[in-house]
Amino acid sequence: MTYPIRTRVLHWLTAIAVFATLLIGFFMTNEIGSHGALVATHMTLGAAILLIVIVRIASRFTHKTPPLPDTVGRWEARMVLGSELSLYTLLVAQPLVGWAMVSAAGLPVRVFGGIPLPRIAPFDAELYGLLRQAHSALAYLLVAIVAGHVSAVLLHTLTLRDGMLRRMS
Amino acid sequence: MTRSTRTFADAATTGIVTLDGVEFSSPNRRSLLLGLAAVGAFLVTDIGLIAYASSGGDLTRQRFLDGFRNVFGVHPGFRKNHAKGVSLVGYFTSNGNATTLSRAAVFAPGQTPVLGRFSLAGGNPSVADTPGAARGLGLVFGLPGTDQWRTAMLNLPVFLDNSPQGFYDRLLAAKVDDATGKPDPKAMADFLQQHPETEAAMALIKKTSPTTGFADSTFSGLHTFHAVGRGGERTPIRWSLVPHQSAIAAQTGSPNGLFDAVIRQLKNGPLHWMLRLTVGEPDDPIDPTLPWPSGRRTVDAGILTVTEARTDAAGNARDVNFDPLVLPDGLEPSNDPLLSARSAVYAGSYRERTTEPQSTPPVRVEDVNP
Repeated sequence: MTYPIRTRVLHWLTAIAVFATLLIGFFMTNEIGSHGALVATHMTLGAAILLIVIVRIASRFTHKTPPLPDTVGRWEARMVLGSELSLYTLLVAQPLVGWAMVSAAGLPVRVFGGIPLPRIAPFDAELYGLLRQAHSALAYLLVAIVAGHVSAVLLHTLTLRDGMLRRMS
Repeated sequence: MTRSTRTFADAATTGIVTLDGVEFSSPNRRSLLLGLAAVGAFLVTDIGLIAYASSGGDLTRQRFLDGFRNVFGVHPGFRKNHAKGVSLVGYFTSNGNATTLSRAAVFAPGQTPVLGRFSLAGGNPSVADTPGAARGLGLVFGLPGTDQWRTAMLNLPVFLDNSPQGFYDRLLAAKVDDATGKPDPKAMADFLQQHPETEAAMALIKKTSPTTGFADSTFSGLHTFHAVGRGGERTPIRWSLVPHQSAIAAQTGSPNGLFDAVIRQLKNGPLHWMLRLTVGEPDDPIDPTLPWPSGRRTVDAGILTVTEARTDAAGNARDVNFDPLVLPDGLEPSNDPLLSARSAVYAGSYRERTTEPQSTPPVRVEDVNP
């Protein structure tokens, strides 16, 4: 059994966008070239992820999920649910923190080549500092949870050969 | 359906797997190695990509920030460069003349609120004012709107460097030696030998001696930008602010003489500058160490009125990052590599100073008598 096609498409779109956004994020905070273009791309991808994940959360309640393979024990099933919940939470929180952070710096929030977004935080440098640190902390947390997610699927698919990956492919 | 015994734990102990009475291929050594190898390959690629992305070339933003700390010392809460300054409040009154060049809303006839900051170059917030130190004027038009325009200007006709590496090397070459109280002359001579563009820019700057104070300084944006008109036509421009008043002299021997003088002047009335756009020809240099030929057409776009000086504090220009890439629709950056480098390093400085403890700035408006 697999997830419906819309879920699979949205999942892989999210995966590509999250990897790209994280890598650009790590790159643009160190590299001194192409800064404007990198930040604009990073923000546009972040906005796209927020949109996709909101659609995914809504869509999550429109269908039954394929059952986990029987190789997943009771404890592991809880961890699967927990990691799914934390991924959804992080993928919503991280773009919102980024958006709020840009707002708190008093900067215009423009995505998709110029579309202005409303500001969601007041111009406040101290708040910016807190949100900026949070944005980095969440990025590393996201890297760790995604790594766990991918590793678990690889072990199931290749070691236990239980077809875990087939649910989403 | 009964639960499987085929879990990772079971596999490790029994190696036998049954699902609903059917025996499945158990996780043997081969599949275990395959799984672990795939996980290992993924993690190596993942962490490798992140490490590679984070390495950012030879000259990273962090090297600039460390360079400023190395040269000027540790001053938590302050800008890493242009640390000493005073915040300004005012407005820009556009006369509409620049609408022929740019569709930017700020150039349409009318008023735009402005926050600004006078500063001295360097990362030491309590350095004594000297007439020769480069004076900065940072401005943000229309904060916090979508169409805001930020610019960081200097009282110089040209910039001293045409590459981020040049800026970085000059920063280190100009480090004051604690023993002599002066930069090492050999370090600067070596630097200038490798950077003829800086030597030429310095010669050009030395042709005119610095003015009396902030109030009579001409501040230039230095970099080339493109004005974009209603039809999308792009024109290279540079901008400067031309003073409309003379300055009162700094009190000799006072460590904040230049700042105190302009604060006193502002307590007695507003100060004005004309925003002048110089219109470039297609072959004019982007290199900010090179002046444009004299006689280029200029457009006077309107008057900047500075009404008030305020001690650097929360909510005023202290909290503005004068990122030169924050431009309204109708203004675009040129491909001058310093613009991106400044934007990147300013972002790093802003992050550091907004997460560090704040202390009282040395320039205090309330300490100056009108």
